[in-house]
Amino acid sequence: MRKILSKTNYLFSLVVIALFCSLSTQAKDKEVSKDIKVEIKEYINHHLKDSYDFSLFSYTNNSGEHVYIGIPLPVIIWDNGIKVFSSSRLKHGEAVTKLGSDYYKLEHGKIYKTDSVGTISYDKENHITNYAPLDLSVTKGVVSMLLISFLMFYIFKNLAESYRKTGGLPIGIGRFFEPIIIYLRDDIAKPNIGEKKYSSYMSFLLTVFFFIWFLNLLGLTPLGVNVTGNIAVTFGLALLTFLITNFTGTRDYWLHIFDPLGSSMKWSSKILLYIVLIPIELLGLIIKPFSLLIRLYANMQAGHIVIMSIIGLMFVFKSWIGSPLSFGLAFAIAIIELLVAFLQAYIFTMLSALYFGFASEEHESH
Amino acid sequence: MEKLISEFSLGLFFWQSAIFIGLLFLLKKFAWKPILDAVNERETSIKDALSSAEEARAEMEKLQSSNQQIIKEAKAEKEALLKEARKTKSELISSAKEEAQKEAQKILSQAQEEIENEKRTAVIELKRQVGSIAINIAEKVIQKELESKEKQIQLVDQLLKDTDLK
Repeated sequence: MRKILSKTNYLFSLVVIALFCSLSTQAKDKEVSKDIKVEIKEYINHHLKDSYDFSLFSYTNNSGEHVYIGIPLPVIIWDNGIKVFSSSRLKHGEAVTKLGSDYYKLEHGKIYKTDSVGTISYDKENHITNYAPLDLSVTKGVVSMLLISFLMFYIFKNLAESYRKTGGLPIGIGRFFEPIIIYLRDDIAKPNIGEKKYSSYMSFLLTVFFFIWFLNLLGLTPLGVNVTGNIAVTFGLALLTFLITNFTGTRDYWLHIFDPLGSSMKWSSKILLYIVLIPIELLGLIIKPFSLLIRLYANMQAGHIVIMSIIGLMFVFKSWIGSPLSFGLAFAIAIIELLVAFLQAYIFTMLSALYFGFASEEHESH
Repeated sequence: MEKLISEFSLGLFFWQSAIFIGLLFLLKKFAWKPILDAVNERETSIKDALSSAEEARAEMEKLQSSNQQIIKEAKAEKEALLKEARKTKSELISSAKEEAQKEAQKILSQAQEEIENEKRTAVIELKRQVGSIAINIAEKVIQKELESKEKQIQLVDQLLKDTDLK
């Protein structure tokens, strides 16, 4: 009995202390919180973008300077000849980089050519008018993709070799991936493309699925990479789907686009309809892969924004209820994101297979 | 949309395409092709094994049914053999019986004939003896007749009385 009493006493005193603390901090932080909100917003925006170095984290030291911890990466720009230098020389946009007789400055995540002081000029719509050289830097996203590529190559090469060693049985991590490969073959490629032609698309479907899935998962790690939530990456992937779809398109596929009504009507009556129909069909060619790139980009982007905003809430609330609550919420969202990571890879692969199926279809029956 | 375009980084797009296409071809050669081949091979081998097992079972069933057939045939043959044996047996018995009866009949008739013959000879003998007796008597009668007439008659009567012809 006494033990329990002492326990409840202890708990009670804890609650009281926490309450006092939260009250006092709330009073003090009223003015600071606005800055924190802005800072969080900026931080999230910064995180969503690609960066020139593999930044792990950054903080502000006592003298008010930003300290960045991370690995510098090579910056490659084309401005009258290739220029390669370390990203540490960009100094996170806080100073001008001098290369020979030219000066460059990092502004809003892009490299611009400036004068020696680093003036950035804007036009009326607040666009930067400085010259931006062609930028082929090995950024954080590129490094992440390379990492994932090596990982994928390692895993699947091992799986392929394990078959040779064991005579057709997977070993190790391959036991986990083999059913996924078979699932992709039997439930995505075969039903959408058809028994006859599916095998020639398998390599693309498998690569794109695991590439997106692994990058999505890497995005959930504290490394803070956001590769599949980058429009350039999703554009590249969707472009490949678009190119493969149209280059493997059969006669029936193109006939369906330019003569969707077929022989059911006379040409004289079809012509009028086709003035409207054919542009729609042609637009459809582009809209299909476009929806792929936007879907993947928006989903991954949104996931990152939600998680980081909820984590950011901890610093806004700074109270004993709010912080655990936002932690719990962030935890729950992170679990959902784990599912979304798989789901988005699945949807991208599934729809790509569907489009390939349309393209390789031969005898249409409708 | 404008934000999207401004966010679009040509460099990242270039690297992404290069890495992805490179990865695609590397994996195709070193991973996907061998993996899918191995999986397909395994699947066909499983299918083959299953179908051959099914075949073996069918074979077994066929064998069993043929065994059944053989057993059935053997049974029928046995039955037929037994039937025939029984038939032969009864035929044999009946024929033997007939034979015996015939033989017995023959023996009987022979015996009867013998008896008849015996009887005939006996009767002949008897007739002969009766004749001789009659002659003897006649002799004696004749002798007595020679004594007296009365006596002769008396004797004849006497003799007649004594002699029973029957």
